[in-house]
Amino acid sequence: MKILSGVEQPSGGQLVLDGEPVELTSTTDAVARGISIIHQELNLCSNLSVRDNIFIGRELRTRTGAIDYGTERDITAALMARLEEPIRPGTLVQDLRVGQQQIIEIARALAADARILIMDEPTSALSASEVEVLFKVIRDLTAQGVAIVYISHHLEEAIEIADYAVVFRDGDLVATEKAANIDLSWVVRQMVGREADYDFREEPRNYGEVALSIQGVTVADPDSGRVVVNNVSIDVREGEIVCLYGLMGAGRTELMEALAGRDAISGGRVLLGERDLAGTGIAGRIAAGLGLVPEDRQRDGLVQMMSVGKNMSLPSLLSSVRNFLITRRTERESVAREIVDVRVKTSSPDALITSLSGGNQQKVVIGKMLLTQPKVLLLDEPTRGIDVGAKGEIFALLFREAKKGLAVLYVTSEVGEALTASHRILVMSKGRVVKELDPRTCTRDEVMAASGESDLEHHAAGAAAAVTDSGTAASESNGAHQ
Amino acid sequence: MSTTTTTPAPAGAGPAAAAKSPGRSLNLNAVLVEGRALIALIIIIAIFALLSDNYLTAGNLTTITKQVAFNAIIALGMLMVILNGGIDLSVGSAVGLTGAVAGNLFRGVDLPLTDAVMFPKLWVIVILSVAVGMLVGWLNGLLIARLNLAPFIVTLGMLYVARGLTQVLLNGQNITNELSGDPVLGNTGFFTIFASRPLGLPLSAWVMILFAVVFSIILTRTPFGRWLYATGSNERAAQLSGVPVKRVQTRIYVLSGLCAGVVGILQVANISSSTADLGQFYELNAIAAVVIGGAALSGGRGSVRGTIIGAFVIGFLANGLVIVGVSPFWQQVITGAVIILAVAVDQIQQIVQRRRNARRAVANARQANRESAAASG
Repeated sequence: MKILSGVEQPSGGQLVLDGEPVELTSTTDAVARGISIIHQELNLCSNLSVRDNIFIGRELRTRTGAIDYGTERDITAALMARLEEPIRPGTLVQDLRVGQQQIIEIARALAADARILIMDEPTSALSASEVEVLFKVIRDLTAQGVAIVYISHHLEEAIEIADYAVVFRDGDLVATEKAANIDLSWVVRQMVGREADYDFREEPRNYGEVALSIQGVTVADPDSGRVVVNNVSIDVREGEIVCLYGLMGAGRTELMEALAGRDAISGGRVLLGERDLAGTGIAGRIAAGLGLVPEDRQRDGLVQMMSVGKNMSLPSLLSSVRNFLITRRTERESVAREIVDVRVKTSSPDALITSLSGGNQQKVVIGKMLLTQPKVLLLDEPTRGIDVGAKGEIFALLFREAKKGLAVLYVTSEVGEALTASHRILVMSKGRVVKELDPRTCTRDEVMAASGESDLEHHAAGAAAAVTDSGTAASESNGAHQ
Repeated sequence: MSTTTTTPAPAGAGPAAAAKSPGRSLNLNAVLVEGRALIALIIIIAIFALLSDNYLTAGNLTTITKQVAFNAIIALGMLMVILNGGIDLSVGSAVGLTGAVAGNLFRGVDLPLTDAVMFPKLWVIVILSVAVGMLVGWLNGLLIARLNLAPFIVTLGMLYVARGLTQVLLNGQNITNELSGDPVLGNTGFFTIFASRPLGLPLSAWVMILFAVVFSIILTRTPFGRWLYATGSNERAAQLSGVPVKRVQTRIYVLSGLCAGVVGILQVANISSSTADLGQFYELNAIAAVVIGGAALSGGRGSVRGTIIGAFVIGFLANGLVIVGVSPFWQQVITGAVIILAVAVDQIQQIVQRRRNARRAVANARQANRESAAASG
């Protein structure tokens, strides 16, 4: 992807565009040849207007050399009309919803006359209705002759929107097939190289005491003044795995970070066993046995400049300290044990953390919290951006620890995960826990309906017909992509 | 207790120690970066030794070492701050303020409400003065850590505040004669101790060695050191791992202030006077030493060994330029160019390293492809 967009040069091989081998030396070069990319993390300047963002780096000039705002505005308005989004060109990007911001990114690509549009996980931040709008835009674009490379780990989506599926695994292209000929299990099979239908559902056991008791917790966002978590009460027992299902923006991450002690709660109580955690900081909570595996691995989970081992030992470092100094042998031994325990594939504990794949990095983040010997483990989207095989391993690990008495509360936005890997599903929507479901009896639809997602079924029916032969949409499902 | 620091004997002893760092394949790049500073040091020494017979004499080496020591001690404090991703511009002023406080304590303190004047004992003077340096650092740390103010702005403001207070305390007059103390008052011995040369090396050099060893142990063997590297590389991740990031941040500025305070005392003893411009621009030399020593201004990367070498590079260069008679104006141009060259080489080295990694990965993948093809065919 970085190569296609001209950010990096290939170390070997060649690119062929319209039958001619090309070399893309920079992003501007790629854009000039009609290749545009929309990154997972949106590349917009939120303090500038829609118009400025669309023309950033390619500003139109009047004869005097000043920016031709008039023409820019007209083109922007025309693009918005084409994309059927009633956004005024002068609106600041920070005032738009994430879905609308994505539309701006698409508009920017179109303004540059993109013929090939690469979308990297475009729906990861969108609600169901916004996904629908995006899919409509994609179909319109393909009808107009724009080729789209749609990168996703959301398999249902990929199958729905694509004409061709291309599966990558660990940097290798492993399969290509017409979308009409494939189904979900085909994609999964190609991605893991075997059938990975993990199913951890078990008969209800007698769980232990209540390990974590969340009682009427309310969290307000100090920036916006909005209440993001509203009077949530959850009990998690020893040995129980509770799944908190909800869309992005439902308040899940805010709840998790408040429980971990990063953000203050504005109402309610959190009890760890018998102990009220009010006034206890992050370090105190970790020491008491409550750890969080954060959602954003790169931003919150890993210290990039450190080795695998040093990342692993960071939260439990004080347990290796004698006479104010770190006892290296103790540290090395516990790290080595944990690497085996959580099955991290690394050449050595001294390897740089950034040299590992996403799944293995995630195992390090989980392992470092397990080294603190927690009673309760919170995980926020523990399988985000990792391949199916690693997902199964991570859940196997959690269920193994749960059997030993660990209480687990994890957040997910993938229904499949909620249904196959939990003892109890709680659905969260708009800051509240709205429903409790039993994964052994409930259906996919029940979970999604409770979360406020619209039913995607009828929408999927019309999908295949909408793609015309003038444009091609290819989908790339990539387990461990950049 | 094993020491990991290379004691910076002026040439010779360094290269071997820096080259072999057992069990540190991870820090290959760091070793390269330090190696580069070391190569620069050797080149500088070689050039000036050829140009002047007076360069590599025992007398001149002692002079250099004394000057380097002041900068190196400050730079060690600066290293702590830079590892955290911060910067401390106030250290030069803290040196001046420490000196002014010490001078005033020698002159005696008028006790309020009485006619009495108090003359503290020598050790009280020294401790109080250094404490003032630490207080400056603590204020920096408090404002930066608790109020989330930008280190650059806070310490820039403190640079003015501390320098201004220095001038207030000295009121336009240097304090010189009182520093010798008076047997009657029981505050003698300042120069005997702080301008002494145990085993022929100036005391400041011994302090530098002591600080280098202690800071090196702090950085490599204590949780505080690990926490410091972690917060410098990714503060959010460190915080969620239970690292007390605010406490770490406050303490490093106190440590930086401590270094400034110690240098303040040593420098007053060295020039036998407490003056208003003492320590001016020390912060810039210290930053240069840390950067030449391979530290990243964005935090998370840097070492005691590199910083000490960096301080020696600056010291040997400045001294050599004087000895061969380069004009003071050109001295500045050359020193500045060397600093920029150091970071540019660092960057180029990283680019080359990345390319080499990519090429190696491709070669490995091709090899694997051939093997799997051979196996299946």
